[in-house]
Formats: sequence, structure tokens, C-alpha cells
Amino acid sequence: MNCIIIDDEATARAILGHLCKSVDNLSVLEEFPNAIQAIKYLNHKHVDLIFLDIHMPDFTGFDFIETIKNPPKIILTTSDANFAIQAFEYDCIVDYLLKPITPERFQKAIQKAASKDFSRSESTSTEQVEASTANDLYVNINRRLIKIDIPSIYLIEAKGDYIQIKTEDQNYTVHSTLKKIEDKLPVDTFLKVHRSFIINAKKIIDIQDNSVLIKKDVVPVSRSKRSELMERLNLL
Amino acid sequence: MEQPNLSYIHSMSGGDQAFERKLIDIIKREFPTEKKIYFDHITSDDYIRSAAHVHKLKHKISILGLDKSYEIAVAFEHNLREGNTTLQVEFESILTVMTTYLENI
Repeated sequence: MNCIIIDDEATARAILGHLCKSVDNLSVLEEFPNAIQAIKYLNHKHVDLIFLDIHMPDFTGFDFIETIKNPPKIILTTSDANFAIQAFEYDCIVDYLLKPITPERFQKAIQKAASKDFSRSESTSTEQVEASTANDLYVNINRRLIKIDIPSIYLIEAKGDYIQIKTEDQNYTVHSTLKKIEDKLPVDTFLKVHRSFIINAKKIIDIQDNSVLIKKDVVPVSRSKRSELMERLNLL
Repeated sequence: MEQPNLSYIHSMSGGDQAFERKLIDIIKREFPTEKKIYFDHITSDDYIRSAAHVHKLKHKISILGLDKSYEIAVAFEHNLREGNTTLQVEFESILTVMTTYLENI
């Protein structure tokens, strides 16, 4: 089993690194002082297990879990017992270690992570089915959960800390990320064509050079996404 | 007043003295920075950011075996998040004790 450690506190990283050394067949691939660096690393590396601190500036452990696609097994590490209930809402979290971490408690967490009974893949696939079969998406705007009919969405654009969702009838500005909404949309219909745009491929009017026309919006298509877009088309 | 000790560090090191030295060096290096950031925020009445750094300092308080002081830090962090500074004097006394200890080991 391999793992990474994410904690903004060097002392905590050192303790976890030392405890990991005491476990056979557990190797620490990298340590990160913040979640952003870890996300970049996980874009091109697979890991079996993550030790994740909850309290980090700017980007918390829970933000991190919401951001990464198909998270591996995660052991949360924190000085705060108050998040235990929230932690177990995530299927990927196998244990919750309170700092200062004792060797005995650490060993128990590792046994849980290594346990064959813990089947992350099953829960992940269930989530995907739920996301892909549901036609409704609820967004939080001014403390109201507003229902959006997913097939009516034709374009989603990232705008700083917000995303703008354009539908046949109305536009919505929501405090969220493209990454989060991408995970909630059916993959056979929606396609991220650019780092700032997700389109509904069924609503394309035409494609020219490196852009698509959807309703009255001309949307750029990045070079890396162009081939994926072309594969989706029923070309004559 | 409760005094720091190395019981936790000894118990988790498995007798690895090189690691113990390394960990103490990291704490000695990291603690003054965290303490300074805490004082910067509390001086500017930024209680939420102060609470975040009390949270971080809590870990080192517990590593140094300060069990009762840890409870004070927990309560002080909570107070700061509620917008009041009750236990500030007590918490800062803990930081002073830790500073003296770390300067002498």
C-alpha cells in the first residue's frame, strides 16, 4: 500500500511519516503542506491511501475530498473531534485520527484501511448511478435550494469562485466549481471542452475551428479537448 | 503551572532518538512562527484567524504533554470563534511556558 500525507503543519507530517515507517508494506510517496499541491500530484499519480488534515488554510480537508474525482481511502487527522459525524458522510473516509496520534491508534487505522471488508469501489459506483440517472440538480442560491432540470442546461461557465449555469429558460450564478458540477452531470451528455466551460453536447449548433456555437454563445475548445469532442459527434 | 514534558514524543518514537531530535527541532522551528501569527491576529482583533492558529498550536501543546493546558486551549479556541477573548491570558501563559521550555531543550 502506498500513501501521501497532507498537512500544513510540519510537525504533524513528521509524526505521520515516522508512524508510517513502522508499518510493513506501507510507503509514503510524498508529503504536502497544502491540498492544492496534492491535487496536482493526484492528477497524474495513483495512491492507495491519503492521510488528510481537516484544518488547513484556504482549502480544508473536506474541500479536498469534494474536489478530487474517485478519492482513494482517506484517514482524516485532526485536533478537533467535532467533525467525526461529518467525516463519515464520505464513503472514502476509513478512519478519523485525533491528534496527537498514538502508535496504537495509528495501527488500528491502518488495519481498517487495509481491511478487505472496506469496499470503496461499490459505494463509488452507486454514487455515479445516482448522479447519472437523476434529471434534477439542486443548487444553493441565497440559502434556497433551487431545482434545475439537467437536460435544459446548455452551458456552464466558471467565473472566479462562481459558476454560471445557463438553461433554456434562465441563468443561475452559483458559488461552486466546474469540478463539483461536472461530477453531478451525465457524462454521455456533458463535456468539459475548456478549463472554464462545460457544454451540453446535445445542444451544439455548429463547430468551427476551435470553438462551438451553443444557442448564441461561442465557446472555446481547448486543443487537448478537441479530439474528445470530435469522438462524440455522429460524423458523416 | 503545568510543565511540558517529552512523554508523548518518547512513546511514539519507538526509542528512535534520532527521530526524537528531529521532531523537537521541527517543533522548535515551527512553534515561534505559529505563535507570532497568533499574536499578529489577536492584536488586530481578528478572532477567527486567531482561533485557527490556536487550533494549530493545540497540537503542539498536546505533543508536549500539557494535558490541562490543552483543555484551556480548546475552550479559548471556542471562545474566539464566539467572538470573545475569555482565557486569553491563560492561553498566552501556556505559550510563554512552552517558549521557555523549547529554548532550553
